[in-house]
Amino acid sequence: MTVVQIVFYVFAVAAVIGAIMCITQRNPIASAFWLVSVLMSLAGVFVLLQAQFIGVMQVLVYAGAIMVLFLFVIMLLDLGGKTSDRRGAPSWVLAVVVGGAITVSMAQLADYTPDQLAHEISGSTELNADVVLLEGQRLQEAIEARGVVGAIAEPLFGFYLIPFQITGLLLLTAVVGAVVLAKRRI
Amino acid sequence: MTPEFKGFMLLSVLKMLVVFGVVLVSVALLTLLERKLSAWIQNRIGPNRAGPGGLLQPAADGLKNMLKEEVMPAKANPILFTMAPAMAFIPAMLLSGVIPFAAPWAINFDFTLPLLGRFVHQGLMPMIVADLPVGFLFVLAISSLGVYGIVIAGWSSNNKYSMLGGLRASAQMVSYELAMGLALIPVLLMSGNVSFTSIIAEQQTGMWYVLPLFLSFFVFLVSGFAETNRLPFDMPEAESELVAGYHAEYSAMKFSMFFIAEYAGMITIAAMTVTLFFGGWDIPLTAWDDAGGSSIVVAATGLAFVLKTFFFLVLFMWVRWTLPRFRYDQVMALGWKFMIELATVYIVVMALAIHVVERVLGLTNPWMIGASYTALNVVLAYLVFVVLDRGLIISGSVPRRPAAGVMEEG
Repeated sequence: MTVVQIVFYVFAVAAVIGAIMCITQRNPIASAFWLVSVLMSLAGVFVLLQAQFIGVMQVLVYAGAIMVLFLFVIMLLDLGGKTSDRRGAPSWVLAVVVGGAITVSMAQLADYTPDQLAHEISGSTELNADVVLLEGQRLQEAIEARGVVGAIAEPLFGFYLIPFQITGLLLLTAVVGAVVLAKRRI
Repeated sequence: MTPEFKGFMLLSVLKMLVVFGVVLVSVALLTLLERKLSAWIQNRIGPNRAGPGGLLQPAADGLKNMLKEEVMPAKANPILFTMAPAMAFIPAMLLSGVIPFAAPWAINFDFTLPLLGRFVHQGLMPMIVADLPVGFLFVLAISSLGVYGIVIAGWSSNNKYSMLGGLRASAQMVSYELAMGLALIPVLLMSGNVSFTSIIAEQQTGMWYVLPLFLSFFVFLVSGFAETNRLPFDMPEAESELVAGYHAEYSAMKFSMFFIAEYAGMITIAAMTVTLFFGGWDIPLTAWDDAGGSSIVVAATGLAFVLKTFFFLVLFMWVRWTLPRFRYDQVMALGWKFMIELATVYIVVMALAIHVVERVLGLTNPWMIGASYTALNVVLAYLVFVVLDRGLIISGSVPRRPAAGVMEEG
C-alpha cells in the first residue's frame, strides 16, 4: 500500500464514521459537528484526487459558512431535549430502499470519465484537450501553466458555460423559493 | 524512502518547529507590546515590574495562567467546553505554515545518520512550510473554521452573555468573510494565480499591489479587523455589554488559548496583508534579492518581511486604542451595505480595467500597467471616500447627527 492509499483510507474511514455518528447522535449540535468532520474528510479526499480547489472550496463554503449558519440556527432554536424519535421499522425500510437506490445509481458512475461528459454535452466526438475537464497528466500540466483556479475556470467559463449558468439559475430559483416561503409566514 | 525525500522531510520538520516557535514567542511578546502601547497612548508607563522594562511580564502571565484553578460552570457541556479553546487555537496556528517568510535559501547537504540513513538536499529551499497551490484560498478556508471555537465556547458555557457573544461572532465573521473573499478576487485577476509564491513573484516584477489595488487593500484590512474580532469590531467580547462575551466562563490556560488564538490570527492577517499587497519578503526597488540563494539574502528578506508584518501588528494595536467600538447594527450595516457592495463593484471595474489595459491597449511594461491602475484607484478612492461618503469617514470626528447609543471606551 502506498502512502497515498494509506492517507485515503484514513480520510475515508473518518468520513464514514463521521457520517454514521452524524445521523445517530441525538444532540443536534453534536450532529452538526460530526457533519463538519465528514466535510473535512471529504476535502482531504478531494486533495488526494488532485482537486485542491474543490477541496478548499468544500471547507470554505460548507464547513466554514453553511455549517456555521446551521449551528447558528440550532443554537437560536435550542432544540435540546425536545427531539422526537421516529426510528421505527418503516423508517429503516425506507432508508434501506432510498440508500440502495442511490448506491446503485452511483455505482454506474464508477467508470464515467471527463471525456465522456464532454461528449455528452457537446454531442461531438472531436474534443479540444484544452477545454474539457482535465485529469491525470494533462491536469498536472494545466495546473503548472495556469494554477489550480485557472485549470478549473477555463473549462467552467468556456466549454461548460451553459450547464454552469443553468446550475446558477437553479440555485437562484431555490433562493427565491425560500424567500417566498419565509415571507408568507410573516 | 529516497534520501531526497528524507532531506525534504528533515527540512520541513525544522521549518515547522521554527515557525511554530516563532509564532508562539511573538504572541507572548505581542501581549506585552499591546499593554505597553496602550499605556503609551494613555500616557501611562505600563507593566514594568517583571524583568528589565517589564520584558518578563508574558512569562509571569503564562506561569500564572498555568497555575490558576480551572473552573467549569455546573451546567456547561463538558466535552464542547473543553474542546472550544483548542478549536479556536488550532486553525489560528495552522495558518502560519502557508505564508512565505523569506526568499528561497540554497541548501546543499548529503550526510548519513546511524539508524535513519542518508539525507540529501540540493538547490533552493522555499522558506515556507507548505507551498500550497491553493494559496490564499486555504487561508480563507481555515480562518473561517476559527469561528467554531468561539461559537462553541459561547454555547457550551450555558451563560446568556457567552451565548450572545458566540452568536455575534458567528454573524460577524460570516459577514466579513464574504467581503474579505471578494476583496481578494482583484488580486487573483492581477496575478493570475492564488498561490502566495506566484503573487510575490508578480509583485517583484512590477508594483506592489497596494497601489494598483488600493480599494482591495482597504476592504481586506477592515475585514481583517472584523475577522480577528479586534476593536473597533470586538462585538463578540464587548465587555461593557456582554461581561466578556464568549470567554466569560473560561479561566486559566483555556482562557489563554483564546488570547493566543486572537494574537496568532492577528499575525496571520498582518502577514497576509504584507504578502498580498506589500510584496511579501520583497525588498522594494531592488532586484538582487528576487531569486534568493545565499543566507545573506534570506536574512535580509526575512527581516523585510518581519518589519512589514510588525508595522501592521502595531497598526492593529494603534487602531484598537484609538477608535471607539461600533454598535452591533453599525458593524452589520458596514459589512453588508458597504463592504460587500464596494468589493463587488470593484471586481467589475478592475476586470474591465485589466481587459482594457492589457488586451485593448496592450501595455506590457509592468510599471506602466501598475501606474495606470494606480491612477484609476486614485479616482475610485476619491469617489468612494469623498463623493459617496459625503465626508463621513474623512471628517468622522464631527458628528453629523446625534448618535443613537452611547459610545463606550475600548
